[in-house]
Amino acid sequence: MLDERKPCLRGRGLTKVFGLGRSKTVAVDHVDFDFKEGEVISIVGESGSGKTTLAKMLLGLINPTEGEIYFQGKRRDISSNRKRKAYWKQIQAIFQDPFASYNIFNKIDSVLLDCINMIGGKRLPHEKKVEMMAEACGFVNLKYEELTNKYPFELSGGQQQRLMLARVFILKPKILVADEPTSMIDACSRATILDMLMQLRSEGGMTPIFITHDIGLAYYVSDTVYIMEKGRFVESGSADDVILKPQEPYTKRLISDVPKIYEEWDLSTV
Amino acid sequence: MNRVILDVRGLTTKYITRYRENVYAVDGVSLQIEEGKSLGIAGESGCGKSTLALSLMGYYFPPLHYTSGEIIIDGINISKMKPDDVRKSILGREIAYIPQSAMNALNPTQRIINFVEDVVQAHDSSVSKKAIYEKAKELFESLGLPAEVLHKYPVELSGGMKQRTVIAISVLLLPQVLIADEPSSALDVTSQKMVIKMLRNLMEIGYIKAMIFITHELPLLYNVTDDIMVMYAGQIVEKASAHDAVFDPLHPYSKGLMGSIIVPEEGLRSTKLTAIPGVPPNLKNPPSGCRFAERCKYAKPECTVTAIPLREIGNGRAYRCIFPEDELRRMYAKEAAQHA
Amino acid sequence: MKHTLRQVFESGKFVSGFAIFVAILLVVTIYPLLVPEPPLRIIGQGTFFEPGIYVNVYDSISAPHFTLNLDEAAERRIAGRLADRDRGAILTWLVGVGIPESEIDIANTEQLLDQWFSNFDPTVRIPGMTNADRNYYIRLNSSIQGLLSTEDVIIAHANEETASLEAAGTIRPSAYVNVGQIPNVRILPLGTDNFGRDVLTELVKATAVSLKIGFVAGIIATTIGLILGLVSGYVGGFVDDVLMFITNMFIVIPSFVLLILISFSISQEQRGAVTIAVVIGFTSWVWTARAVRSQVISLRNRDHVNLSKLSGHSIAHIIFRDILPYIASYVVMALILQISSAILAEAGLSILGLGPKTTEVPTLGLMMNWAMIYQAHILGKWWAYLPVIIVIALIAFSMNLMNTGLDQVFNPALRE
Repeated sequence: MLDERKPCLRGRGLTKVFGLGRSKTVAVDHVDFDFKEGEVISIVGESGSGKTTLAKMLLGLINPTEGEIYFQGKRRDISSNRKRKAYWKQIQAIFQDPFASYNIFNKIDSVLLDCINMIGGKRLPHEKKVEMMAEACGFVNLKYEELTNKYPFELSGGQQQRLMLARVFILKPKILVADEPTSMIDACSRATILDMLMQLRSEGGMTPIFITHDIGLAYYVSDTVYIMEKGRFVESGSADDVILKPQEPYTKRLISDVPKIYEEWDLSTV
Repeated sequence: MNRVILDVRGLTTKYITRYRENVYAVDGVSLQIEEGKSLGIAGESGCGKSTLALSLMGYYFPPLHYTSGEIIIDGINISKMKPDDVRKSILGREIAYIPQSAMNALNPTQRIINFVEDVVQAHDSSVSKKAIYEKAKELFESLGLPAEVLHKYPVELSGGMKQRTVIAISVLLLPQVLIADEPSSALDVTSQKMVIKMLRNLMEIGYIKAMIFITHELPLLYNVTDDIMVMYAGQIVEKASAHDAVFDPLHPYSKGLMGSIIVPEEGLRSTKLTAIPGVPPNLKNPPSGCRFAERCKYAKPECTVTAIPLREIGNGRAYRCIFPEDELRRMYAKEAAQHA
Repeated sequence: MKHTLRQVFESGKFVSGFAIFVAILLVVTIYPLLVPEPPLRIIGQGTFFEPGIYVNVYDSISAPHFTLNLDEAAERRIAGRLADRDRGAILTWLVGVGIPESEIDIANTEQLLDQWFSNFDPTVRIPGMTNADRNYYIRLNSSIQGLLSTEDVIIAHANEETASLEAAGTIRPSAYVNVGQIPNVRILPLGTDNFGRDVLTELVKATAVSLKIGFVAGIIATTIGLILGLVSGYVGGFVDDVLMFITNMFIVIPSFVLLILISFSISQEQRGAVTIAVVIGFTSWVWTARAVRSQVISLRNRDHVNLSKLSGHSIAHIIFRDILPYIASYVVMALILQISSAILAEAGLSILGLGPKTTEVPTLGLMMNWAMIYQAHILGKWWAYLPVIIVIALIAFSMNLMNTGLDQVFNPALRE
């Protein structure tokens, strides 16, 4: 299948093994993937499937035991501090638990200022920085004037997750790894977060990668879905193909186990 | 009309914080469950649904305190009883409660059967261990749990198995009502399904007479319970059959909640999820009028003046909104048309 | 930060511990200003003077005398002078001459003396009494008579030329001096020790020195433990293996034995208080290192650390800004325990004679050592060791109380 879109992240034989000897666990087992620029990707798996480990490898937070990651066509090199920093300008993340994502000793300003510094705005005049922060907060529907001098934990879960998106707005990375971005927040805030994420994608040409256990969410947001089981991708393809016409028994089971509202939920299968 | 198993009238309970502030987490909740029925309670985190579950047991410990209202289980008014009597004769026998992390409550150094013996003997010390084992075995097997589980240690069981074991133990004394607070949220989808199947089984076999199921996952609620009650800021905002609650919600908050459902079904990708801006009010001093008004896009100035009563509209339906039923439906239809 | 501090000071346990500790610190700083005397100066000729007020006899002779006619002065004088041994002897005599024991109360001086005077007869021989005993009774009788006499005492001084005694004045039994008018009065609230040094002054100085040893040792131990724990926990891998190998080695070797060996190998002249503190510090970091390491390991995979990495921060920034603040409360608690255990370790070492050299400064341990060597505990000279034990206990108690208080604040599971 020919695809004119540029590749952004490619993995070949990506493997992560934790522990040694008898306590060895293969978290990610020779995984191959081609993520294209601009498409929305979901990696779906149950707990223990290795999806979070894979996400951390994509982010360069942990090193793969084996295999290579190619970023924008070139082999990813994050061997030095400087190269890592350059890579992290291109790839950013949102984590599952907003309450654990921020340093509780730092104020909101410092979270955003870090991002401004990262994109080389360290020497900008203070007013300019404030303007940038206010713009980012405005994008995610937060009021900078109310946030300044506050700590992230004083906000609600949804607001904290939006603040995380404000970081992304400033940094404008090429890739955003969203690890269960909405599983800890209320359903009513979920739509807001997803809308903002999609807006960032369309405005900044960002490629979002959702890591989730929620097959409904994956279906709702993504173009391409990867189903992960025990460290391997068992099925992948366009969201409609994978979710509505699953081929693999694991995918079929996963989908049949999720409660539905329009179709009958068959309880006899377990 | 069937016999009413659980009758709750105007139950109000509060938390007293470290700074001596009162937080009314359950505010004037009334509900009735008939024999053989199950009730689902939905709502965002902090809406008071878990506090309601705790309050329904009639056994309060700080910081939760009873304020007013009545809880009548099978004719027994437990809200007037002494805490010790409630613990001895009501908990486990009349009403059983399964918290979200129930599976972590199993003592890791004890075999399951020892735990079962403790539970039974705490209520009746005359029962022999052999009798307990026979009874537990029978119960476990009727619920599709292998009897070997009884001889295992909790670490030897998977999360889903542990949760089902705890549920089975909780109905050992054949309580009338089972309250399950997010019993499957920490589990993966397959285990969740097994837990749900088991809960349904309990109702069908008749081990329990009625069930209250609490979760924030609406599709789950829809598939488990007969009726759904939506809570917001400590109050009931809507009561309806599961089908009506999901497909024809009346209260704007329920409408928003139902509009945020995500299920992997055809047509989902074309729907637009609803978002409700803002955060729930602080229950230390809730707004005097409609508690949802400041987040509601249909709110009028009158909404914030006086407290809105729960409006009964027949068929067991009720909602707490200033607008008449038809007008709400008309507004929703108009909006849907605009969106399309 | 402010909020945390407020919470800490709302904890009753912490505040009580803190109050005791501050009180000790205040005494240690203020006392030397009031009594600027070298703590190890030998002031008493003789060992173990009892606690009390010492009035200069020479000064009281030349001080203005006042006559106060007070009843019972004589009896009180005897009561004060009549030792328990003498009273016992009187009891034996009286029983010997046939007075029932139930009628005798040796604590009641007046009654005892009445019975004595009416029954004592130097010619009577009680069966089983030796000659020496009889002589003792005669001496006792005359000394009691002497104490009761109402004659004046003549003060005389020797004439240098004639070598004869010349009366300079008389002192009547009813003569009193005003202590305030006597220039030389010394209060020894805790008496003197075996060398004749003021125990209180010594104790205050010793507390200060022991606290210093505790602080120096505690800070050294905590710093080493913290650095090793942070590096080993955060960097992980090979570095962690090497550092943990060293740490485990130190765990296997009992640190007190190591401490004894090091102390022993440093000659006594070189063993100052600071040296001992350093030695204690360098042998007691092990548990801090392990505890910090495990905390760091659980922190380093937290999302806020990941976020900090993604914000391009350096390892040093992450360790100091994203990890250290999270374990700061833990480290403070470890420090408090280290200080308290270093003070105990010094006491332990000194009691074995391996503490700092004895000529420079006292420490709590050294004071215990001296008391032990001079058998204060056998001789019943409680003031030489009991106050020291109480101070050690108070320091350890206050620190542990602060630690428990902090633990309750920082560990919500322990809150009431």
